[in-house]
Amino acid sequence: MEESSTERKVFYQILTRKIMVLILVVSFFPMVLTTGILFYRFHLTYTDKIQAHISELVQKHTQNIDTFLLEKLGNIQYLARLYDSTPLTPHGFLQKHMELLKEEYGDVFTDLGLVDEKGIQFAYEGPFKLENANYSTAEWFVKAKGKPFFISDVFVGLRGHPHFIVAVKIKADGSDYILRSTINFGAFNSLVESIQIGKTGVAFIINSKGQLQTKTSGAQELSIPSPVVDPDEYANDGTLFAQEQDSSGKKYLSVTAMFKNIDWIMVFRQDISDAFHDLWKTQLLTLGVFALGCGAILSVAVTLPRNIVRLISSADKKSEVMNKQVVESGKLATIGELAAGIAHEINNPVAIMVEEAGWIEDLLEEEDLKGAANLDEFKRALTQINTQGKRCKEITHKLLSFARKTDSTVNDVQINDAIREIVSLTAQMARYNNVIIEENLNEGIPYIRISPSELQQVILNLLNNAIDAMEKSGGIIKIETKISQLEKNHLVISIEDNGPGIPKDNLNRIFDPFFTTKAVGKGTGLGLSICYGIIQKMGGKIDVHSEVGLGTKFRIWIPFQEGIIEKTEKKNITDLQGE
Amino acid sequence: MNNIKLLLVDDEKAFLDTITKRLEKRELNVSAVYSGADALAALEKDKTLEVVILDVKMPGMDGIQTLTEIKKSFPLVEVIMLTGHATVESAIDGMKVGAFDYLMKPCDLDALVKKVEGAASKKREHEAKITEARIKEISERMV
Repeated sequence: MEESSTERKVFYQILTRKIMVLILVVSFFPMVLTTGILFYRFHLTYTDKIQAHISELVQKHTQNIDTFLLEKLGNIQYLARLYDSTPLTPHGFLQKHMELLKEEYGDVFTDLGLVDEKGIQFAYEGPFKLENANYSTAEWFVKAKGKPFFISDVFVGLRGHPHFIVAVKIKADGSDYILRSTINFGAFNSLVESIQIGKTGVAFIINSKGQLQTKTSGAQELSIPSPVVDPDEYANDGTLFAQEQDSSGKKYLSVTAMFKNIDWIMVFRQDISDAFHDLWKTQLLTLGVFALGCGAILSVAVTLPRNIVRLISSADKKSEVMNKQVVESGKLATIGELAAGIAHEINNPVAIMVEEAGWIEDLLEEEDLKGAANLDEFKRALTQINTQGKRCKEITHKLLSFARKTDSTVNDVQINDAIREIVSLTAQMARYNNVIIEENLNEGIPYIRISPSELQQVILNLLNNAIDAMEKSGGIIKIETKISQLEKNHLVISIEDNGPGIPKDNLNRIFDPFFTTKAVGKGTGLGLSICYGIIQKMGGKIDVHSEVGLGTKFRIWIPFQEGIIEKTEKKNITDLQGE
Repeated sequence: MNNIKLLLVDDEKAFLDTITKRLEKRELNVSAVYSGADALAALEKDKTLEVVILDVKMPGMDGIQTLTEIKKSFPLVEVIMLTGHATVESAIDGMKVGAFDYLMKPCDLDALVKKVEGAASKKREHEAKITEARIKEISERMV
């Protein structure tokens, strides 16, 4: 028994684990897959989108600046052409065109100057006093000498503030001149500064040596990336993406683009955390939902199998009990039939034996044996045969009643009234044995349609057993009726004593026919099995709980049909009216 | 009460023979037959039979059937049912059809004799009443 219960426990544990694993696999697999794919795809798409956006922005600005530079270069080249055929003096020419440029472009051109082959600026128009300034050693001059035009890097130069120079070579009067113009750095800078994305996105321009060509807004120190000048490394749209880390460990996204007309590089740089802020937020949200989902799955995976297994185990227990009952009732039915057959067959021979003994008794009276020494012994033996014959009769009668119906005429019975009647029948016997019978009969119990005499037999049997059990000590029998809360449409009668109880070994057998603990000749062992048969026939059930030393409780469930109450009450009313 | 004329009906010969002997010893006028049909024949033959003791369970015509026939043909004859079962049912059936009483096998002989006497006295009373009524009728007619 114990072994099978531990075996079952292990089985339930395995079952629980299997269901749990199944739930986990079935739920986690698709969830992880779906979330993972979505997560990855979203990441890819969003990154592409952001990069495309930045790239487009950078490209556009690069083009703008390119156009700007080209335009300014064009202006100066045009001036250079004009100079060749001008009737004005060099200074007059510069003066006139400086005015025109200012009218047309505002502050963009700071000054104009003409420089001869030796690097001497022989004509100048502008806010600074730079006439006859010597540029022969200046870097831009050296470079500009060899080319038709030149745009310099930004430098501080002679004037003490940052600027850059657009220089165009002029061939006039058989010698080379250079027409140079300073471009207002501020105007140029504002073109770059207008690129602002997010909180940390900044743009700047560096030359091929990595020197800054624009002012950067904010005081932050910029680590300048080494410029990439190989055009092959740039993507089709002319931008190059890279991720960099500065000395403080901050990660940047940097986008670079090359200018067409000059060896400068546009750099746009943004904190990765800023650039992908929205993406990360979404990813965090997704992770949060995923974690919640995991939590939910885990809790379900833990609780659901337990509940299922609990249900299964209780169903198992129920079916086990039911099987037991089926086996029990089958056993009883078989034994009952057998018993009835035997009882009937034995009854007649016993009757004959008793009659024959009686006949001998009769004859003994007649014969002249008064003086015989063994007369008393004869008589005693004959009485004994008679007594034992009667005992046989009792047994066979009980067996027959066990198998057959007694008075099975069915009636509507008020169970409480029936019980009161039976209790009054046993009251005398109870009093002799110091037993008190307490009634706790709940009102409102419907009529049940059963055989009253069968019910009587059952209750009487149980009461007698209880009284017998407490023969020596006395005690209390509680008899209770109520509507069952466990079984629908059943009423329950419980008979509880505080006698010595039934040992566990006997408890399983008390409904078996011929099982008795009473002394030989005192009980047939049929009472409870008859009760069992009767209750089964009523469609009810009977069970027993007993603790040695505490007492025994029998419970009987009997089904009733709904609607009987009303019917009987109505009948009573019509009866009354009839009277 | 002497010379009660009793008819025993039971298919169990051994039982019947012994009980016949015992009842005869108690100064009853006993005849025995072994089936319901024989019982009816015996009653037909001997109109003086007063009480019938009838076993419920018999092959052929069973106790209840026999009882019904007896009550039909000889309404004044009293019948005591003898049952082998503890089932009161058959007894009740018998009583409904008109049996005087019932007894369970094996039975106490004294109890049996007492019941037979009761049945006989009832029958005699009945007969006396009938006779009385007849006399009354006749005397009334005479007046």
